Amino acid sequence: MFKILQKTFTTGIVTAPYPDAAPPIGEQFRGRPEFDFAAWRDARPAAEVCPTGAIAVHDREDSRQVTVDYGRCIFCGQCAECSRDGAVRITRDFELAARDRRSLVLTAEYALGPDGAQQYVKTTGAPEGGVDSAGEEVRRAIRSVLGRSLAIREVDAGSCNGCELEIIALNNPVHDIERLGIHFVASPRHADMLLVTGPVTRNMELALRKTYAATPDPKVVAAVGACGTSGGIFGRNYACLGGVDQVVPVDVYVPGCPPRSQALLHGILLAIGRLGEKRAR
Amino acid sequence: MVSLLEDLRNRFGGAIGAIRAETAHQLAIALNSPDVRAIAGHLRDHWASRVAAVFAEDRTAAEGVFYNHYVFEQAGNPCYLILEAPVPAHDPRFPSLAAELPAVNWQEREIQDWFGLEATGHPNPRRVALHDNWPDVHPLRKDFALDQELPPFEGEQHVYRPTLGEGVFQIPVGPVHAGIIEPGHFNFAVAGEPILYLQLRMFYTHKGTEKLFEHIPIPRAVFLAESISGDSAFSHGTAFCQAIERAAEIEVPPRAHVMRTILLELERIYNHIADIGAISNDVGFVIANAHAGRVRELVLNLNEALTGSRLLRGMVSVGGVRRDWSRAQRDLLRDAMGGMESEFRDLVALVKSSDSTQDRLERTGILTPEKARMLGIVGVGGRASGVDLDVRRDHPYAAYGRYPLRVPVYEAGDVCHRMQVRIEEVGESFGLIRAAAGDLPDGEHCAPPQPIPPDRCALSAVEGWRGEILHWVRTAPGNRLERCKIKDPSVNNWPALVEAVQGNIIADFPVINKSFNLSYSGTDR
Repeated sequence: MFKILQKTFTTGIVTAPYPDAAPPIGEQFRGRPEFDFAAWRDARPAAEVCPTGAIAVHDREDSRQVTVDYGRCIFCGQCAECSRDGAVRITRDFELAARDRRSLVLTAEYALGPDGAQQYVKTTGAPEGGVDSAGEEVRRAIRSVLGRSLAIREVDAGSCNGCELEIIALNNPVHDIERLGIHFVASPRHADMLLVTGPVTRNMELALRKTYAATPDPKVVAAVGACGTSGGIFGRNYACLGGVDQVVPVDVYVPGCPPRSQALLHGILLAIGRLGEKRAR
Repeated sequence: MVSLLEDLRNRFGGAIGAIRAETAHQLAIALNSPDVRAIAGHLRDHWASRVAAVFAEDRTAAEGVFYNHYVFEQAGNPCYLILEAPVPAHDPRFPSLAAELPAVNWQEREIQDWFGLEATGHPNPRRVALHDNWPDVHPLRKDFALDQELPPFEGEQHVYRPTLGEGVFQIPVGPVHAGIIEPGHFNFAVAGEPILYLQLRMFYTHKGTEKLFEHIPIPRAVFLAESISGDSAFSHGTAFCQAIERAAEIEVPPRAHVMRTILLELERIYNHIADIGAISNDVGFVIANAHAGRVRELVLNLNEALTGSRLLRGMVSVGGVRRDWSRAQRDLLRDAMGGMESEFRDLVALVKSSDSTQDRLERTGILTPEKARMLGIVGVGGRASGVDLDVRRDHPYAAYGRYPLRVPVYEAGDVCHRMQVRIEEVGESFGLIRAAAGDLPDGEHCAPPQPIPPDRCALSAVEGWRGEILHWVRTAPGNRLERCKIKDPSVNNWPALVEAVQGNIIADFPVINKSFNLSYSGTDR
């Protein structure tokens, strides 16, 4: 007993103060790829290597549309490596969670020259927090009911278990999610939030529906990871439905493959309105 | 090897066709009939061989037949033996081995589900991979489209073995569990507290992964391999890349071999530490789990510094690794090791200092060596029950074989010894990383990209932290794959859990389950 206490005291406090302070994130960490659409000479190599189709090129006769979907991105970094013009840069930005699925998608329009070179025209999409007022009211209500203490039921709807590892890490002393009044519960009947991972397999569809139905209102649903957000690398096929929102309504999307623990925390706090609106994406 | 082949030719000459050494790591023996019972029995009884994997392949378009591939591993032989048994398309049946070799039970039923080949004489021929509500489809047949939309869910039909007797009752658990774990259904029959038997139903997370491999170019498929089981991303990624490298005869630079070895061991360390904490937690020693979680974070931070990903994703590639390490990264690795090792020693001392914890772990969830061998158990669960297998030693890959490695093996087969195996393996991993980091050769970190020739077959084995991971590929034109078979050690090991829980109290189920810590996603794919 004495040794246990001694170890605890000599270890000291290891809990990181995120979200109050930026977490120490290594230089090598691959976060959100940033696109300088105006400087981009050719998007095709990046689209070619993108493992999930997060970067897609649609050519018409004399124009090109390039879409970037952070909801599909698995942060492999290949788009930056193959874009020699430096138009794609990997940042360390991990706070990517969004309430509106559309805000994770960027679209750029180009004119195509006779030599196939792309000339930048404009960027569209990414409605900046463009949410309707009814949604705002609901969020206020959610915040008043769930904002101080939140019970989460985690549902693996077919993930590879990578997301689970980072969710479990939220309970360790470094991330210690309970310091924020947030805890994981054993039953959906005790839950305010469902944290759902995986592309939703055919074999988990019914279980997810039942779990959702068993969760009392008001409830929020977070779709976690590239798979939860969009189906990720699995997409939609005979065994996968292609994301959580294909089955139950989703309130917040947390991109990542998997999202690091702080990114999960960011998404959870965003869902219950506990991040300042300034920080919301 | 020659004598084994001679023996097989002498005994089964008429049944054996061509013998091909496809790579230095595998020998393929073409058979003339789908019946492999006699040869399999002979290999087992006289050549100390075990079945490592059984899987099928649809070659009806090219050759008019299906093939069943039986991968055998002979003790002491670094080369795997693969029997290729043709199954005619007009009579899609093959004699089952499951009654004699229980290790193939699920894998033969998978063949039934995926390919529609009937395993005749199987003692329990029910569906295993496709749940009962699936229509009559066989997704790995070539005429089944990847994006085929199947009719909507029609409700549960699966019938479990009935639970009968006074005071005997049934506890159904899952697929959504109380903890943060993957989905599967456990159906317990209990008499009071003790568990009479456990029935498992898996494949809730089936994602069509093997089918998907046939539809994407190989460079993308590396990322899919990393998503087979997220906690083994680097091991599965390496197993896949290694299979491609063997098929295409790509020479991996020595520097990449050493870097892979270091990262494979870091994956083992972070998972074993998490398990040591979680096993302690499941018997109420919460503070050990807190320390384990903290130490694990140290490893994950190191992972991120070395690969850009806490879970080692996006690093392995065909031909080597994607990014080289700078001087600073190498220094960081060297400097981080000391702290991690001393923290790990403290963690082990803490766990062992608690008599009540040890008391709960000893003689809990026993898997006897006899059953472990019969069921073909591999990895940590096998080594704690006398199954002395480790791919790193038996079939060296990457830079293994250059550095000393001791494989801990125990006979006791309880939770305590599955934990002990992990503890000793982490120690070995630290030693391997030290040796490898001090031995990192100069030179390229990746072979230059090259086209992959079609119609080559290769088998690749990696000792993931759970155990033996096998990938088998047949390449297709255009840098693609005709077939990719993935065998995670979890597929072998689920029956071990069923055996180990019998007679234990239901309250010990979580810790017994955790002591195996199998991957649902790796099983279900």
